[in-house]
Amino acid sequence: MSEREESADNYLSMELLRFTTAGSVDDGKSTLIGRLMYDTKTIFEDQLEAVERTSRQRGDERVDLALLTDGLRAEREQGITIDVAYRYFATPRRKFIIADTPGHIQYTRNMVTGASTANLAIILVDARNGVIEQTCRHSFIASLLQIEHVVVAVNKMDLVEWSEERFEQIVADYKNFASRLRIPQITFIPISALHGDNVVNPSPNTPWYKGPSLLYHLETVYIGPDANHVDCRFPVQCVIRPHSDRWHDFRGYAGRVAGGVFKPGDEVVVLPSGFTSRIKAIHAGEQTLEEAFHPHSCVITLEDDIDISRGDMLVKPNNQPHVEQEIDAMLCWFSDKRRLQAGDKVLLRHTTREVKAIIKQVHYKVDVNTLHKVENEPELKLNEIGRVRIRVASPLFVDEYVRNRITGSLILVDPFTNETLAGGMIRLP
Amino acid sequence: MMHRSYSVTHLEQLESEAIYVLREVWAQFEKPVLLFSGGKDSICVAHLARKAFWPSRVPFVFLHVDTGHNFAETLTFRDAYVGQLGARLEVASVQASIDSGRVVEERGPNASRNALQTVTLLDALEAGGYDAAIGGARRDEEKARAKERFFSHRDDFGQWDPKNQRAELWNLFNGRMHPGEHFRVFPLSNWTEMDVWQYIKREQIPLPGLYFSHWRKVVERGGTLMAVTEHLTVQEGETVREAEVRFRTVGDATCTGCTESRAANLDDIIAEVAAARQTERGTRADDRRSETAMEDRKKQGYF
Ligand SMILES: Nc1nc2c(ncn2[C@@H]2O[C@H](COP(=O)(O)OP(=O)(O)O)[C@@H](O)[C@H]2O)c(=O)[nH]1
Repeated sequence: MSEREESADNYLSMELLRFTTAGSVDDGKSTLIGRLMYDTKTIFEDQLEAVERTSRQRGDERVDLALLTDGLRAEREQGITIDVAYRYFATPRRKFIIADTPGHIQYTRNMVTGASTANLAIILVDARNGVIEQTCRHSFIASLLQIEHVVVAVNKMDLVEWSEERFEQIVADYKNFASRLRIPQITFIPISALHGDNVVNPSPNTPWYKGPSLLYHLETVYIGPDANHVDCRFPVQCVIRPHSDRWHDFRGYAGRVAGGVFKPGDEVVVLPSGFTSRIKAIHAGEQTLEEAFHPHSCVITLEDDIDISRGDMLVKPNNQPHVEQEIDAMLCWFSDKRRLQAGDKVLLRHTTREVKAIIKQVHYKVDVNTLHKVENEPELKLNEIGRVRIRVASPLFVDEYVRNRITGSLILVDPFTNETLAGGMIRLP
Repeated sequence: MMHRSYSVTHLEQLESEAIYVLREVWAQFEKPVLLFSGGKDSICVAHLARKAFWPSRVPFVFLHVDTGHNFAETLTFRDAYVGQLGARLEVASVQASIDSGRVVEERGPNASRNALQTVTLLDALEAGGYDAAIGGARRDEEKARAKERFFSHRDDFGQWDPKNQRAELWNLFNGRMHPGEHFRVFPLSNWTEMDVWQYIKREQIPLPGLYFSHWRKVVERGGTLMAVTEHLTVQEGETVREAEVRFRTVGDATCTGCTESRAANLDDIIAEVAAARQTERGTRADDRRSETAMEDRKKQGYF
């Protein structure tokens, strides 16, 4: 049986891993992604032909796998990647979603975007250059966005004669620097994206390396505990009222579980009203569920008739989120048209709520290359990250971002241009 | 604390994500519309919408941009499916746009109405006052789509600017806009062709017969097998033959090719997709015109 046929059989029980890739220009990120897709047979004949044609037209000596992932015309013209692009491939074990983000300083925004939904980050290092400023920046963002697993892929090992010593030096440098960050798991892999060493199969060129190939690691890394199954949080998206004869009295609350496990019979508290009731049933289409947890989308009905609308949250009486009108957040600023300063008025989106907000204070910003706090410039510009105090017009039901990525995250929106200005990770004052 | 039963399969993840997106559309927009072509992706979206709002009816109007070059089977299926969901179907006709002089028909043997659809669609969105159009497009279909957002903002000319898209983080979608602008929303963004087929199988979703192998008259044109229908003129030198074929997409009959296949049921199709060496769009003559064909059309406001 070929790998592909086997994957068709296993398909209904496959897991999903979302990862992001970061590296500075020319570290080999596009080549690596092209290689992963090529070696897992995700690339189709017509795509390969298109790439071969382009490589020939440009006079390249071999097919440039990087072209496979190189999206839009503007980028092709400039020869650089400028936005987050999503790619897909599957092996018999897992389906993968890659958020492919560029590594330029001006594109911190893209990296934050890609990292926001990732379980794992691959950070590329050129074996010749070792740990550089950009490596630190990428790692800082991975830790800020609470990515559980980081893979440091030391690329272009062929250009340093597959030197174990060089590899170990890079590992030591990285560990030294990463001790200042909060990254739960770091894995180091020596690779050559161009030649395929240790990408899918173990390489004969690195007999001293005993770890897994990159793909094997991606297929087997344990992603179970990434979701929060402890703190019950159900932000209501909308109310389902059929108004039909058959479902005359049906009143259900639709949403996606953001944390914890909900079961029929559970006592729940509705925020902000504080009313309590019990769960009557949990529906997913025509089916009823015995329990619902993240990331289930479902409809919950309650025993009592309570006034509940979009933006409310169902939680458990003995485990409630913080109800706050003033929060702190680590913000990444995305706008090139305006800066963020104390006194600014914006809209804030958190779970299914949108509220008016005012910036009380910019505590500090972080120099993403040195990780130093900068306290004497109380404003944020494009691609800057800083800690900010925000006051909102009506209370939010929040958890710290480290505890729950969904109830701990927010975006800021410009009330006039409607542009998305910033993404933020909540920290309690 | 970890519990084996808390793991979810990727299909469950994709389904719950798509349902979440559909509910956000309903909550954030005044007048959303679901673009429905009778193809498998839009059927999937319609099925997900049914689940998302059950036991309410699907709260969206369905809009079909009809090129006038559809396969009769697709239209029959479309009407039956929408009728069964109890939804309202609106048809925007490219022929009407041509007749009223809004667009000019391409000429020549490979003339296609694909590019013309854009104008008809934008006119229909404006006439209906629709502020969000839900589509079944997936990021894996084509390079230019890889950067598309779930909530894709269009200016008041309906255009897409790849350099000026809103950042989309976590599951926080920003659907705010100025009057005259609209959004395209793609709940299947993270699905692949394989995911769609597996989901159709899991949910036992009905499909038009064109997707399954059948005998029909075809001609070979530019390396693609084209069905001989009333919309396609056979050229001199082309030979018409009978072949057992199926379609991987069921769009415009003038530019959608079929492939020789004996895949008569979903399991056969899944095996075939798993072994495929050509992308779905590889059978679409309109994408072959240039390497950046899709990107150029998208900027103009294509799906
Ligand atoms: N020798 C060698 N060259 C590589 C390797 N990986 C990438 N390259 C080359 O490095 C250059 C930049 O690679 P690319 O993938 O475009 O980098 P990106 O800017 O990070 O996407 C290209 O010329 C690649 O062929 C490697 O493992 N070994």
